[in-house]
Amino acid sequence: MAIIRDMIPDFDLFQPASVDDALALLAEHGREAWVLAGGLDSYDWFKDRIKRPKVVVDLGGVAELNGIREVEGGLEIGAMTTLTEIVRDARVRSQYPLLADAAEHVATPQIRNQGTLGGNAAQDTRCWYYRSGWPCYRAGGNTCYASAPKAMNREHCIIGRSRCVAVNPSDTAPALIALDAKMIVRNERRPNVYDAEDFFIGPSTDITRMTVMKPGDLLTQIHIPAAWANANFYYEKIRDRGSWDFQLVSVAAAFQVSGGTISGARIAVNGVAPYPLRLEAVERMVIGTEGDEAVATEAGELSVLGARPLRHNDYKIPMMRNLVRRAIRSAV
Amino acid sequence: MGDMDSVELLETKFSRRTFIKGVIAVGATATATSQFLGRPGIAGAQTMAGSAARLITLRVNDQDRPVDVLPNETLAMTLRYRLNLTGTKLGCDRAECGACTVLVDGVNQYSCSMLTHQVRGRAVTTIEGLQNPDTGELSTVQQAVLEEGGFQCAFCAPGFIMSMTAMIDDNPNPTREEAAHALSGNLCRCCDYDKILTCAMRAAELARSV
Repeated sequence: MAIIRDMIPDFDLFQPASVDDALALLAEHGREAWVLAGGLDSYDWFKDRIKRPKVVVDLGGVAELNGIREVEGGLEIGAMTTLTEIVRDARVRSQYPLLADAAEHVATPQIRNQGTLGGNAAQDTRCWYYRSGWPCYRAGGNTCYASAPKAMNREHCIIGRSRCVAVNPSDTAPALIALDAKMIVRNERRPNVYDAEDFFIGPSTDITRMTVMKPGDLLTQIHIPAAWANANFYYEKIRDRGSWDFQLVSVAAAFQVSGGTISGARIAVNGVAPYPLRLEAVERMVIGTEGDEAVATEAGELSVLGARPLRHNDYKIPMMRNLVRRAIRSAV
Repeated sequence: MGDMDSVELLETKFSRRTFIKGVIAVGATATATSQFLGRPGIAGAQTMAGSAARLITLRVNDQDRPVDVLPNETLAMTLRYRLNLTGTKLGCDRAECGACTVLVDGVNQYSCSMLTHQVRGRAVTTIEGLQNPDTGELSTVQQAVLEEGGFQCAFCAPGFIMSMTAMIDDNPNPTREEAAHALSGNLCRCCDYDKILTCAMRAAELARSV
């Protein structure tokens, strides 16, 4: 990692000006094509010679993928909208501060100035065995190095493993699930709309992908429904370094409260599973309660039922339990 | 005199920068060859809608700079090895350290982690572009750094100065904490953060008094 190798290997660069042109290029080049959004995930792969696409399709010139629009029933955010734009948008800040909060927790100012919401959501895992080019299951090989007996797996998963134990690294992903966002994915044939929680997939669905998107697919818009506007939100991210780092565990939650009791709840945790994990059982448990200390404690316990640590990551169990507990405490 | 010549010759032959220039030139040759052999999509002439042309004009430090850029070339590479703007440093080359920070349309970004072709038609400012070209007067941030002596080895200084410039443009009256947040994308291995923050606060003060 992090060895300068002077030049990114050769590829053909396409800079389409419309979504239709981009989709045509992706359809034509199939598996050989790489979609470039902000590029912060992509360049490491290229520089380390681990992924070597023949064709790179840069979406920077596709104006229709940029910007935040108010639409019937919510906000529509172009997939190429930068994280900085989201952090600063007055509508996001006032109605959906959960998303602004999550976006502000991504990496550094420079990365937020360039990184996009679509790219942040669709990014690949940071498992260092995988990212260092080890031929693991996720890379098409036949073993998982991170769950081997002497593996370094402090940052890997405690829930949802299936041969692969990597975690989803996105800060915005749990917020999108808590906000019940809809992900609009287009290809040459038709647009598909996925609930955020279904957009992210685990290794038991397909071990080589983090999302439902296949070659030829393009995430174009993210729709934030008004149903959760101005809810009570909670976001917290625990990381090793205070200034910037990927999460160890993060939680994003939205609560609707009426008459002092929780009437609606959506809670998602990231950093604990190969996908951002929605806690539906916890949601059901807290609805109708006042979210008091006893409920919060019970919710924390419920959230980690069935969690199975690897050799070096058992600390994630109390960390997740406590983050869920704090989220519930904040609800009312 | 003879000695100096041979030293210069050695430097020319073996400096890292010259070596990398060589790599880029060889890359260009290889690409030109593959284009000659009829591989699609490598520009020059546009072979297909949306494919990138090699010969482009960049707007750098208020000058138009025609330059031949490979599709796979980062902005940091182009600035340092084609335009000789070596004030932009390469530290990690992985969007982590911030030494390569430049302004693109006034916004601080990592030049190691964007393709040069992505900044066509946009205004790039490097550390060389901060000084007033006519009077030689330093920018307020440069002046503040000079006054406060913020850096020890200063390899990270150009990147920090670019981030401070963007920060002041954005928030001319930051608290020390806000300044730390705005500069969190730049690392200093000498750990001069306290003095660097003092520079940032002084720079903001100077900018407000202009």
